[in-house]
Amino acid sequence: MSEYLLEVKNLKKYFKTKNGPLCAVDDISFGIRKGETLGVVGESGCGKSTAGRAILRLHEPTAGQILFNGQDIVKYSPKKMKEMRRKMQIVFQDPYSSLNPRLSVQALIAESLRVNNIGKSDKEREEQVKQVMDVVGLEERLINSYPHELDGGRRQRIGIARALILNPEFIVMDEPVSALDVCIQAQILNLLGRLQDQFNLTYMFISHNLSVVKHISDRIAVMHLGKIVEIADSAEIFNNPRHPYTQALLSSIPIPKVNLKRERIILEGDVPSPVNPPAGCRFAGRCRHAMPVCKEVCPELKQCGNSQVACHLYPAEENSVR
Amino acid sequence: MEHTSNEKLLDIRDLSVEYHSNGKIVKAVSNLNLSLKKGETLGFVGETGAGKTTTALSILRILPELPSRITSGEIWFNGENLLLKSKKEMQQIRGKEISMIFQDPMTSLDPVATVGKQIEEMIGLHEKLPKKELREKAAQMLEQVGIKRERIDDYPHQFSGGMKQRVVIAMALSCNPNLLIADEPTTALNVTIQAQVLELMKNLKRQYQMSMIMITHDLGIVAEICDSVAIMYAGNIVEYGTVERVYENFCHPYTEALFDSIPSLDEDQEELKVIAGLTPDPTNLPSGCPFHPRCPYAGPECAQQAPEVRETEPGHIVRCHKDLKGGSGNE
Ligand SMILES: Nc1ncnc2c1ncn2[C@@H]1O[C@H](COP(=O)(O)OP(=O)(O)OP(=O)(O)O)[C@@H](O)[C@H]1O
Ligand SMILES: Nc1ncnc2c1ncn2[C@@H]1O[C@H](COP(=O)(O)OP(=O)(O)OP(=O)(O)O)[C@@H](O)[C@H]1O
Ligand code: SF4
Ligand code: SF4
Ligand SMILES: [Mg+2]
Ligand SMILES: [Mg+2]
Repeated sequence: MSEYLLEVKNLKKYFKTKNGPLCAVDDISFGIRKGETLGVVGESGCGKSTAGRAILRLHEPTAGQILFNGQDIVKYSPKKMKEMRRKMQIVFQDPYSSLNPRLSVQALIAESLRVNNIGKSDKEREEQVKQVMDVVGLEERLINSYPHELDGGRRQRIGIARALILNPEFIVMDEPVSALDVCIQAQILNLLGRLQDQFNLTYMFISHNLSVVKHISDRIAVMHLGKIVEIADSAEIFNNPRHPYTQALLSSIPIPKVNLKRERIILEGDVPSPVNPPAGCRFAGRCRHAMPVCKEVCPELKQCGNSQVACHLYPAEENSVR
Repeated sequence: MEHTSNEKLLDIRDLSVEYHSNGKIVKAVSNLNLSLKKGETLGFVGETGAGKTTTALSILRILPELPSRITSGEIWFNGENLLLKSKKEMQQIRGKEISMIFQDPMTSLDPVATVGKQIEEMIGLHEKLPKKELREKAAQMLEQVGIKRERIDDYPHQFSGGMKQRVVIAMALSCNPNLLIADEPTTALNVTIQAQVLELMKNLKRQYQMSMIMITHDLGIVAEICDSVAIMYAGNIVEYGTVERVYENFCHPYTEALFDSIPSLDEDQEELKVIAGLTPDPTNLPSGCPFHPRCPYAGPECAQQAPEVRETEPGHIVRCHKDLKGGSGNE
């Protein structure tokens, strides 16, 4: 078996639009090892959420393979997939709109169990709910509260509890802290780190906040307009970014320190549309290193030092990508 | 900072604002004091519900009329108390003297009018110009914010998020205001676009010698663009000073908590230092220092008595009973 818990091969997700197919995720491949966190970063609309959802088959992939524990789950029947989904969960960004306002905390968390036919009786389920509330740091006294009575941090803990109660192996975190204040965000990040250690969880962590992603990720994939343009260990991405887009992203982070001298790359030009994207490198219109070949040929993801990079600036090396 | 003078442009004294909602009173701003010099850019930082937007809306006198009430204070702007101005006088001041940019550009844009028309309208409010000159000026404003003049007849939906926000900035600047209040102007934008917009604001601020209040959650943005910073907690300013002083020598436990909560880009941290507890209920603020239930330094006096402000050095103000200097400065 491969070293990966999850292996994604040539995944595509196209949406139908009246102007033609919208290439939200366009041929991406990567693997995530057990117990590892893969961070996924990139600008709004680059396909991060679509990738996360397609992996859980919440969106049906247009093409590609998704190997979970070596099994291609794209081929699974809906029934088998439903069982599979207990092991593969998702936590959403907005703890305000992703929870049904008419359900109590108890009902919201137990809903996961009921949908998956877990637990013999309501009594047994309630016990499980209490246990998981304790694990995610929700006070037991809140069990009969409603989401609108709780703050964002606690609502996000409900979202995490709903995922965790099914004992998943893999969780897609889709911007789980983006809607939270920095102090609450720090609390949730610490919680996610502890849960990962405790239950040996594997995360795909989607965020546009690069300092958050750096903090939580072992490896990072940088997405641009449906493609992965660079993927490497977290430290490598930050210390030695190779793709011009990665470099621009990193230089754009406002750093909370005074008298910092650094070069900032300001991107000019428009982001192309994901409907009929340009043939060559999709970053060419904004890239200061663009060469004639860039407009013609779409660069493949290739091994370059300790990274995989999709850019014509880097010549292919011997040991190319899977 | 080279552009700041010592003359005060804005001076808020003892401002208190309440909202009435569901029979409860929300004390959104309590006895707030704050001033801004000509040419200065102030960062206004604090968690959700701290009262930042309420303070800004009070300056412009555009608080929602029904639930809100200014219960005390004076807001001096260019030597005049704005709270004593008539509605008509305020209308003149808004846009011409003070402009505001909101987080979501669409709150300021009319989806069914071209961007050119909208900028012309803003200019026209304060300047009577012939049609042709009006259009020329609108085109110039677009170019100022890095949008080609050919796009003057486009509608907002034809622009990306960053471009829409730039159009809003063009509208806000079109009357050459003395004070620009920007309420999280880049929160809805991608980091790359945010960098563009911040760069633009930096340049325009220099060029127009404008004063600015930048409301944000992001201490990185403050470091980038502001001269001074005010940290707000539960309706009041708990620490204020130059960015340099506050970032290197913060003295308030809440400011410390804010800095500790941000994951660092330079070092690997297993766990972030977090502060326990939640934002207080604004309808029922804790006694004494409102931060005391969460404060790791709180002593018995903190629950009983609200701390007064003190100056740790000229211009650096802290509202706390304890003297954390020495104990907990930023490394
Ligand atoms: N259900 C859908 N139907 C059609 N297009 C869609 C759908 N969902 C997403 N898209 C499009 O797919 C592209 C990728 O969207 P996606 O939500 O995956 O981006 P993202 O990287 O998660 O962005 P954000 O940071 O804003 O959440 C966008 O162009 C989006 O408009
Ligand atoms: N129209 C309103 N009616 C009732 N309460 C309000 C109203 N507007 C604001 N408040 C309350 O006043 C307090 C201060 O709100 P304000 O919007 O000024 O905070 P803020 O610091 O701008 O927060 P954010 O970072 O979320 O924008 C909050 O408790 C808020 O719930
Ligand atoms: S392939 Fe060309 S255009 Fe694309 S990032 Fe590399 S240098 Fe820039
Ligand atoms: S006054 Fe007391 S509770 Fe308030 S911040 Fe200072 S030490 Fe903490
Ligand atoms: Mg998304
Ligand atoms: Mg606000």
